[in-house]
Amino acid sequence: MTKAGLQALLSHWLRNPVQLFTLVVGLSLATALWSGVQAVNAEARASYDAAAETLGEGQFAQITATTGTIPQADYIKLRRAGWRVSPVVEGRLDGVRLIGIDALTSPGGIAPVGLNEGDLTVDMITSGILFATQDTLDQIEDYGVQTLPNPDVAPGVILTDVGTAQRLLDMDGMLSRLIVAPAQPVIQPPLADVVSGLSVRPPQGGSDVARLTDSFHLNLTAFGLLSFAVGIFIVHGAIGLAFEQRRPVIRTLRALGFPLGRLVGLIAVELLVISLIAGAIGVGLGYIVAAALLPDVAATISGLYGASVSGTLQLRPEWWLSGLLIAVGGTAMAAAASLWQLARMPLLASARPRAWAMQAGRGRLTQGALALGLLVTAMLLGWLGSGLAAGFGMLAALLIGAALALPVVLDRVLAFGASRAKSVMAEWFWADTRQQLPGLSLALMALLLAMAANVGVSTMVSSFRLTFTGFLDQRLASEFYVYADDAEQAAALRTYLEPRVDKVLPIQSADQGVRGLPSEIYGPTAHATYRDNWLFLNAAPDAWARIEAGEGAAINEQLARRADIAIGDEITLAGRQFAVLGIYGDYGNPIGQVIVTETTFETLFPNVSPLRFGLRMTPGDVPALAVELRDTFGLAEANMVNQAGIKAFSLDVFDRTFTVTGALNVLTLAVAGFAILMSLLTLATMRLPQLAPVWAQGLTRARLGRIEIIRAVLLALLTAALALPLGLALAWTLLAVVNVEAFGWRLPMFLFPLDYARLAVFAVVAAVLAALWPARKLARTRPADLLKVFSNER
Amino acid sequence: MLLNVTNLYKSYAGPDGALPILQGIDMALERGETLALTGESGSGKSTLLHLVGGLDQPDSGVVEVDGVDIGALDDAGRAAVRRDKVGVVFQQFNLIPSLTVGSNIAFQARLAGRDDTVWIKKLAARMGLSNQMEKYPEQLSGGQQQRVAIARTLAAKPALVLADEPTGNLDEATADTVMDLMLDLVAETEAALLMVTHSERLAARMGRRLHLRAGRVA
Repeated sequence: MTKAGLQALLSHWLRNPVQLFTLVVGLSLATALWSGVQAVNAEARASYDAAAETLGEGQFAQITATTGTIPQADYIKLRRAGWRVSPVVEGRLDGVRLIGIDALTSPGGIAPVGLNEGDLTVDMITSGILFATQDTLDQIEDYGVQTLPNPDVAPGVILTDVGTAQRLLDMDGMLSRLIVAPAQPVIQPPLADVVSGLSVRPPQGGSDVARLTDSFHLNLTAFGLLSFAVGIFIVHGAIGLAFEQRRPVIRTLRALGFPLGRLVGLIAVELLVISLIAGAIGVGLGYIVAAALLPDVAATISGLYGASVSGTLQLRPEWWLSGLLIAVGGTAMAAAASLWQLARMPLLASARPRAWAMQAGRGRLTQGALALGLLVTAMLLGWLGSGLAAGFGMLAALLIGAALALPVVLDRVLAFGASRAKSVMAEWFWADTRQQLPGLSLALMALLLAMAANVGVSTMVSSFRLTFTGFLDQRLASEFYVYADDAEQAAALRTYLEPRVDKVLPIQSADQGVRGLPSEIYGPTAHATYRDNWLFLNAAPDAWARIEAGEGAAINEQLARRADIAIGDEITLAGRQFAVLGIYGDYGNPIGQVIVTETTFETLFPNVSPLRFGLRMTPGDVPALAVELRDTFGLAEANMVNQAGIKAFSLDVFDRTFTVTGALNVLTLAVAGFAILMSLLTLATMRLPQLAPVWAQGLTRARLGRIEIIRAVLLALLTAALALPLGLALAWTLLAVVNVEAFGWRLPMFLFPLDYARLAVFAVVAAVLAALWPARKLARTRPADLLKVFSNER
Repeated sequence: MLLNVTNLYKSYAGPDGALPILQGIDMALERGETLALTGESGSGKSTLLHLVGGLDQPDSGVVEVDGVDIGALDDAGRAAVRRDKVGVVFQQFNLIPSLTVGSNIAFQARLAGRDDTVWIKKLAARMGLSNQMEKYPEQLSGGQQQRVAIARTLAAKPALVLADEPTGNLDEATADTVMDLMLDLVAETEAALLMVTHSERLAARMGRRLHLRAGRVA
């Protein structure tokens, strides 16, 4: 009996292969976009973890020298005094980061995964082998040292023993830093008593890099989720249609005595098998998407945050599992309503071939009420809610509410169009478009979400770009920056530079907790550079003048939000009270920052002297001064930064960011375009009874085909018009709610009308492309097929 | 002569090769004439009606409507003939579900540029549809829907009315009412009527009868 039932059910797919194709491809694309983005994120995070483990930066305290290097003799003194420290030598070899460690003394966890296992034994790292990924090894010349490729070493890093590193980096007898083991002897002499000029930097408690890049990954994840939602709309549509079309079979099977429970079970198993196949295809496609995007993501993250990410992708079993799970979960979600309906369907429920479309129309009122409820919830969450969960709740309510509202709004717009129609063709066009709306609703909802995601994410990224470049103008107001290696050189540089440039602006800072939060205190010189360029988000009257007079301080937005500090509140710095007179944007900085004037800073931190200087000068004189400084002081290129170079570099980084988001934009739109194509193809067959009479009364098939294209363009344009405010609301939620809750700073929102117009053009092109095939099919429908509508054969 | 059919052949592709449907049909119809097309199922009645209405193309032979050889026309030309000269009443009504009754009735007349509101109102009144004009087809009974279909055809005042078993889906009493109305209105507009029917009773009410057997005039 089960076999017979299964045969009857499966025969539907054989008769409707396009529907099966829609279901599989929709689910595959949804899974592909989701798992592709997840793969990129996972690979990037794995790279940070490898980097953190290799360098031991996140987990352990470190000893560093103010001079930059530690004599090896000091290390030996510390070991003899009972300090459990391990040496690290670090430098650049052919542009690649070379790190030498002592495997015997290094605390567990600083070697890359696998170094203590199998053939990668501790012995090997003491015998002068260079460990790195094959990509990294390919970047260096042959130094006559044995190399061993190891995928677990962080990208862009070569790992070896201390001696080999010292030899290759020409640092004989010198160390870069010392790693302090967590377990130290109870009785231990203070560091300063053993050696001078060294300081202990506490463990950073988690990777800064990971924290900084979280914003980027959060955006990618949000995009992946939206893309998945778009795909699920296709799946929902395909499953819903299949259920409706199989009603007669289901009714007949039940009438013949097939148990309802077994029927529901069979359909569930059938969907499970389809979702597993589609999920597997989706994960494969996702791998291709990720592999294509990863080099750009790696370049973006590397440029933005200085974190190295492997530019190649590894197949990780967890992706397969998560991809399959999301495919099955998505199918279950899309099929739940249909299965529930089937389980409750009366035996004599009539076969309604167009019930699927008609039912959507009948439920429009309920749908409108639900949409309104969700949109009101979104507004309430935005107004009253707090926390990241409220932010995401608002996003979800906004997107689902808007998607549900779309058919209701379009129906009203089309009804209005029909009421204003003058010609018979216009009247029929509006009325017929309105009638098709239920069948196209899901595809249009997918298009709405795809376009809103595009508007939202591109607004966010572009706002970020504008803000950040503006922020760079503010922060990099000086034309040239120089960094001294030590205090002595700094003093000499200052004396040398003062008569040669318009103004030397010392940059000095000290670390100090403010209201229990780690912060940096800066003491810039009172100068027009700051007054003219540093813009406050919020400030007291005459803020700069009062700060320069030593009456108060300015703080960054992060500190203001986290410590709940408002203008006029007081903060304590080195035991003195300062009124907060201004709050400024400080994008990407994970910790708090305070600005007091130079004279105040010097009284608060008398032992800190500036090693960095901003130079105000004619931009054209920068290259000559750089040559002069190199010749006179032996300053390395790394110690001199040209402002124009930094800005060009930053813009390049953002352009790479756009490549990634741009690629995802196109993919998401393509998925929505596919949804429209499949809906139109499905409707094309169902629509013959509606079109044949119009054809019989004197319209050519070609004209009917053209009207189908115009209809698709109209619907795409109407959807685009609704997607714009939704996308802007999405961008506002991401910038003003989610970003603030997640990272502590708010990005101002800018509008980009040209981008939106271009997106609308893309949407129309996608709709035209999607409509082209069904329209061509209609234009070429044989008269015999149209005539069947009028005969008893149908 | 309004309609002139000469040596008309038509076949469809079947599983065992071409299946002949019409084999050398000759017929003619004057303006104001009514002709019943009768015959067994599969004898080619509907196919002949479709060819005469420019809904399909013959393999060979000539169909002239009002002096125009519609076999020589392209798709757009045949569409123009359907719009301007011919009106078809189908057994399945085939109304446009997205339009109101009023819009359905006026549809072809407006397409043909012969939108005469006085005539349409008169037609609706004669058909008993005056109170149904704002309703949608799905809200009407079968008999009412067929009356809308007839009104739609006659609203455009076509020279040739083709009807494919127009009362096939109606009960006898309703069929008689609909038929009375159609014949009256055809006479009123001086159109020619070619009607496919299985009913001897209805065929008897037509001016002439043409019986088809296996694709030939019997």
